[in-house]
Amino acid sequence: MEDLWSIAVVLLQVWFSVMIGFIMIPAMFGLSLGVTSVYIQILVKILEVTVRKLDEKAYLQTQYLFPRPQKKIIVDLHKGEFALSDSFYFYIKGLESIVDDQVTQRFSSEELVSWNLLTRTNHNFHYISLRLTIIWGLGVIIRYCVLFPLRITLAIIGLTWLVIGTTLVGFLPNKRLKNWLSELVHLMCYRICARGLSATIQYHNKENKPQKGGICVANHTSPIDIVILANDGCYAMVGQSHGGLMGVIQRSMVRSCPHVWFERSEMRDRNAVTSRLRAHVAAKTNLPILIFPEGTCINNTSVMMFKKGSFEIGGTIYPVAIKYDPRFGDAFWNSAKYNMVNYLLRMMTSWAIVVNVWYLPPMTRREGEDAAQFANRVKSAIAHQGGLLDMAWDGSLKRAKVKEEFKEQQQKMYSSMVMGKKGRNSQEPHTETTRRQ
Amino acid sequence: MGSRASTLLREEEIEEIKKETGFSHSQITRLYSRFTSLDKGENGTLSREDFQRIPELAINPLGDRIINAFFPEGEDQVNFRGFMRTLAHFRPIEDNEKNKDPIASEPLNSRSNKLLFAFRLYDLDRDDKISRDELLQVLRMMVGVNISDEQLGSIADRTIQEADQNGDNSISFNEFIKVLEKVDVEQKMSIRFLH
Repeated sequence: MEDLWSIAVVLLQVWFSVMIGFIMIPAMFGLSLGVTSVYIQILVKILEVTVRKLDEKAYLQTQYLFPRPQKKIIVDLHKGEFALSDSFYFYIKGLESIVDDQVTQRFSSEELVSWNLLTRTNHNFHYISLRLTIIWGLGVIIRYCVLFPLRITLAIIGLTWLVIGTTLVGFLPNKRLKNWLSELVHLMCYRICARGLSATIQYHNKENKPQKGGICVANHTSPIDIVILANDGCYAMVGQSHGGLMGVIQRSMVRSCPHVWFERSEMRDRNAVTSRLRAHVAAKTNLPILIFPEGTCINNTSVMMFKKGSFEIGGTIYPVAIKYDPRFGDAFWNSAKYNMVNYLLRMMTSWAIVVNVWYLPPMTRREGEDAAQFANRVKSAIAHQGGLLDMAWDGSLKRAKVKEEFKEQQQKMYSSMVMGKKGRNSQEPHTETTRRQ
Repeated sequence: MGSRASTLLREEEIEEIKKETGFSHSQITRLYSRFTSLDKGENGTLSREDFQRIPELAINPLGDRIINAFFPEGEDQVNFRGFMRTLAHFRPIEDNEKNKDPIASEPLNSRSNKLLFAFRLYDLDRDDKISRDELLQVLRMMVGVNISDEQLGSIADRTIQEADQNGDNSISFNEFIKVLEKVDVEQKMSIRFLH
């Protein structure tokens, strides 16, 4: 009995190492054995079969509660005088937003049209059939017992190698050799990490890839965005310096090539931040900076307001649009609900991460355009390319209250209607797009 | 592993809400899902902060009044039944044709109940009269700082003059109904919910 047991253990170890080797070594050189794409195709087939079994009703339930007609304020309010029914307009608008609103849904995971066999996405689809439950059960076993250990091991190897590699490279004096090796080490480690998430990344328009001395700007969905982008090029990261494990990684990364890490106190001083970034960009041989101007993670269905600070630095902006395929795993990090470790565990037990990355043509600020307008222009381009909704609301509404001035705008608009001045007959002050600017 | 609200809605509850409010089964489950997503404390009730977290509601000049309408007298929490009862006022009227129950009392979304709801949004102290002060309060909320006190006062006076019939310088519910006779209340106080 004991012999059998020890043989089994040895076999398991051998199998494990072989798998790791098979995955890691091609990854390090940027090659692919094509196993992941086969896996994805099988997965898609299975999901399609199960989708057909689902209720039509379940699909309808995921639609909005009501269509959103563009209510013309002219129809609803008297012009030039107050009427008791004027308040009805505000009541209706208020109740509509209680029933369904555009903003709060962006801070929680996207609801799927059909179930993808992950427990966590099963909100509206309750018990359907025995066959489905069996498939789901198999899925759980595969994901947790087969895929998860592999992925964790790969992630650990990747991160360890990152720390060791960058520290070693940091000892080299020669600039050219150092840079080349540093890029190599970074790429290898990120590729291993990407394999650790079963990430399939499709890059489009590679000719627009960010160049040295530029600023790369992308929409933010999760911390994994960094791994996704860094698989195809080297970037200088920007962020807060942390303690603990993150701190170790950050400090070792800085040894091999300049990243920009800020102390928490420095982050509050906007001018200091801007000048440091400007200095980095000005040195044309530095790697492009990677910035996420939304400032927080959004759920990948829309792009929220870009903070204009990143657009005041100057230099060329290289916009990048990142779109995750929600069928295979929910990449959004709901930081209010899950901490980082929890989030990574969820990532590693999803089916896979399938991403599309589009490199957009570089943009610079035009004459007479201020930073906010430039930011909006870039945001629209990214939203358009990624098929995301372009929203003017601020992502910081996740945690902060909305500014009073928006309410004051509404009041001003109504006042001018009541006083009937200037004969604003044909203007619709409440169109959906201009409302929140 | 990231579970949603652990208390799913039971079938009996859905039936009760259906009878009381007239919403359909799928509308109720969908609204329940919305209710739980607003309920950040996950305790089955909503507080005023939960409502104020909706940006589009927070910028609404009458947002606070609307939020208040959900909470019964003196309470700080509203459960799903109360939530649905308030929303039921805004169902379109013609939908009642399906749920014709001769014994049932007047449905929540009848024309007069809609008007009563709107009346109560003005009449804060529930004395069944909209006084000049109460009217001024609502007016001030809607216009902010953009109109002077005198002008606002004369608007309020004119409105009361036009509506007041028994000379008590305030608007009673019947006077309110009379003023809004010609107004298409069905359209102005309804939300089209998808089935």
